[in-house]
Amino acid sequence: MSDWPLLSLVIFLPLAGAGFILLIRGEEEVVNQNAKAIALWTAGITFLLSLMIWGNFDYTRSDFQLVERIEWLPGLNINYHVGVDGISLFLILLSTLTTLVCIGVSWESVQVRVKEYMVAFLVMETFMVGVFCALDFVLFYIFFEGILIPMFLIIGIWGGPRRVYSAFKFFLYTLLGSVLFLVAILVMYLQEGTTDIPTLMTATFDPTLQNWLWLAMFASFAVKVPMWPFHTWLPDAHVEAPTAGSVVLAGVLLKLGGYGFLRFSLPMLPEATAYFTPLVYTLSIVAVIYTSLVALMQTDMKKLIAYSSVAHMGIVTIGIFTLNPLGIQGSIIQMLSHGLVSAALFMCVGVVYDRLHSRDIDYYGGLVHRMPGYALVFMLFMLASVGLPGTSGFVGEIMVLIGVFQVNQWVALFAATGMVLGAAYMLWLYRRVIFGDLTKEHLLMIRDLRPHEIASFAPLIILVLLMGIYPALFLDPMAASVDHLLTQAGALPETELAGGQAGEALR
Amino acid sequence: MMGLDMFDLAPAMTEIFLICVALALLMLGAFRDEEQDSHRFVSSLAIMALMVSLFIVLMGDKSRAVTFSGLFITDGFAAYMKALVLIGVAVCLVMTPGYFQKENVNRFEYTVLALFATVGMLMMISANSLISLYVALELQSLPLYVMTAFHRDRLRASEAGLKYFVLGALASGILLYGCTLVYGFTGTLSFPGLAEVLSPEKIGEGTIGIGVVIGLVFVAAGLAFKLAAVPFHMWTPDVYEGAPTPVTAFLAAAPKVAAMALTIRVFYQPFGDWASQWQQIVVFISIASMLLGAFAAIGQSNLKRLLAYSGIGHIGFALVGLAAGTEQGVYSVLVYIAIYLTMTLGVFACVLALRRNGAPVEQIDDLAGLAKQQPLFAAAIAVFMFSLAGIPPLAGFFGKFYVFMAAVDAGLVPLAIIGVLASVVGAYYYRRIVKIMFFDETLDPLDQSIGGEYSIVLGIAAIFNLAFCLRPGLLLGHAERAALALFT
Repeated sequence: MSDWPLLSLVIFLPLAGAGFILLIRGEEEVVNQNAKAIALWTAGITFLLSLMIWGNFDYTRSDFQLVERIEWLPGLNINYHVGVDGISLFLILLSTLTTLVCIGVSWESVQVRVKEYMVAFLVMETFMVGVFCALDFVLFYIFFEGILIPMFLIIGIWGGPRRVYSAFKFFLYTLLGSVLFLVAILVMYLQEGTTDIPTLMTATFDPTLQNWLWLAMFASFAVKVPMWPFHTWLPDAHVEAPTAGSVVLAGVLLKLGGYGFLRFSLPMLPEATAYFTPLVYTLSIVAVIYTSLVALMQTDMKKLIAYSSVAHMGIVTIGIFTLNPLGIQGSIIQMLSHGLVSAALFMCVGVVYDRLHSRDIDYYGGLVHRMPGYALVFMLFMLASVGLPGTSGFVGEIMVLIGVFQVNQWVALFAATGMVLGAAYMLWLYRRVIFGDLTKEHLLMIRDLRPHEIASFAPLIILVLLMGIYPALFLDPMAASVDHLLTQAGALPETELAGGQAGEALR
Repeated sequence: MMGLDMFDLAPAMTEIFLICVALALLMLGAFRDEEQDSHRFVSSLAIMALMVSLFIVLMGDKSRAVTFSGLFITDGFAAYMKALVLIGVAVCLVMTPGYFQKENVNRFEYTVLALFATVGMLMMISANSLISLYVALELQSLPLYVMTAFHRDRLRASEAGLKYFVLGALASGILLYGCTLVYGFTGTLSFPGLAEVLSPEKIGEGTIGIGVVIGLVFVAAGLAFKLAAVPFHMWTPDVYEGAPTPVTAFLAAAPKVAAMALTIRVFYQPFGDWASQWQQIVVFISIASMLLGAFAAIGQSNLKRLLAYSGIGHIGFALVGLAAGTEQGVYSVLVYIAIYLTMTLGVFACVLALRRNGAPVEQIDDLAGLAKQQPLFAAAIAVFMFSLAGIPPLAGFFGKFYVFMAAVDAGLVPLAIIGVLASVVGAYYYRRIVKIMFFDETLDPLDQSIGGEYSIVLGIAAIFNLAFCLRPGLLLGHAERAALALFT
């Protein structure tokens, strides 16, 4: 069992499924049905396989596990090298789960070019899982950039009225950041003669060079996160993307930036990380407060949630740069939580959008009278987004706040302000959409959640509650890796074992 | 020794074989019955001859051999480049007869001219002195001028041919002038001789003398014209647009490979020790080409013009590797040019296949809605566009990756940064084509049937671009050996 190339299987199975879908021929109706079925089966099996990664994962080890290594570019010491550690484990699971959910969400709402749509999502799954598994810079970069192609097509083909503008903006923004990252990869390769990530983590670079490398990487990751002021592509992309596109964008793609900071910036460039920490704090605080205020003023539901994403990701970046176990574990939990919650919120918008084709907040009101089930689901995720204790949002935010309080009280103060604002805009949104009298003519016949929608929401609801009630399930696997990361980042002495400290603090 | 060299024909086997075939085909075509489709017949024979030549090149002796009194050289580097040229020409000839038949200019002379140009390209790759360089370059250029104007009843084609001829003649003059200056200041024409006269041991720490440098600049200008690099690119868009599409494909593929081979040889062999003297020229040409290619293509509405600018940009990227001035740099250029060749051939196969009611279309907007009507064809075009833009995991990314790595390795980090930024700008217009195919709707669809030869070419090229990342070693190994051959 353990001899299986489990990671490669998870990475490339969706691609095989996509190839299979491409081969389907025949009547359009039949093709669409088969394409959906194959996509669902592929994503489902991939998800089960990714659960097996968790099953085979050894909590006590801090190095990379399930490693596979094959020579790839001969003579250059660049290999196909994949593995997981506690940091990437759950992000892989998040990717496979999100894809599954996306296919469920699109079951009814996508009517045109179903075949191509499913292919795009499965190809994207390959790239997403690959990014989190890659242990070679070139491999990482290929997956990292490759994601742009299916996402560009998803926004551009199945998106809203201004989809072309948004697709281009999304593509150019992220590509611009990424190419600078590529230059940084080349420089590091030429310094050390390898693109192997575990090897480079032990390398030491000259401090001046570190600063340049850090900035080049920052250009790429800050756009992905996105941090203020590089976030303007996000609201556009979210608003125009189809529901499933928004889900995958919020669920996984935004995590790439945070993952990049954790995987590369911190362990490889520790001095530069320390040097630039104030910059990150400042930008993150601006993001948290400014975008929360902007979110208050939105009239479009998707835009509001998009801005709230920027604010939540600001908390993540603050947590990463606290450089203590609590903050970093908190930020990883916050990433996972945001991945689930904001994905679910976009799905909530999608539910009403599918019925009435409007995202205007003013267009709705009093939905609770016709859609009690929907109101319940929406409330759960709205409260998780606000950070209600017992939901995943609370765990991440409180850990980050405690972590940052140990480092810098002012930053903690401002970050907490953002959370208050967060409660304000989310609750207000909920009040305007769900409560009040059902007076609007067009809402009188609206139907409550249908079975396939409930099925899509169910796993997210379970996970959000599970993560909120028993976070140790998720914290334990990552503890060893996070401590290892901090020793590499020079923030934790070699001998001190802070493992489990964070989990205990919570219990 | 000299006498023996004179009669050693073995190293020039390929060229001699091809020229004989070309002459024989000329006779065959001239004496054949007019009624029959002699063009298709002649071009099939020519393709077979090219395949035989490819076999000779690949199976033949790849060790260094010099003949014709040191005018002609073959080595592993030449073999690699010749293989690329032969593949490029053969694929172009495969795609030609169908097009010319529909346009009613189905004349067999085209194939013969293409073979003459091919011999010229092979000789360019094997040139070992300034004289053979010039002769080979002219042998390659003259048939190309005629081919450009081959559709002689069409005004645009004649105009393109004339423009190409006049500017080409000017560039040849500049090149020849540069050669005379170099000869005047060094007293020798052969590349090894130049390398010896200019070796640092001979002339010490100083510089190679202003006269030689000026000569070198003129030579570089002439070569830049053949490569269509900025600032000698002006002919490219007009000629690409005006020439019949198969000719455009021909121009975009093989001659650029040959010109790049020649450029590498000139810069690395006679002037290899003086990289510091020519590096700034190459850096300038490279940056200017990349930027112009990226920005000028944005506003184009004609597909062939857009590809002309894209070609200019790609030569700029390839020159980034050349500018590095190292073995790694040559290696990266060899990788780049091979990948460029596959992308170009593939994308021109697509352009040739685009027809509406039987007439060829060239406007980008004509592609609208293609993804709905012919999903596989549109997907192939998308693959080429993303590959040209250098998006991983497609082959085009690896080409860029290697040249930028060579540049960073040689300390040219700013050049690499400008390069990656130019590639982002370039990505915009490649994706515009994808956008038009996939996102837009049309009322006036293109013809459904694609010629068999086009679908084969674009299918193979698309699979190469997609699957390159799986077994990159196949190409990289050859390129590495070829680059090594130049330095030993």
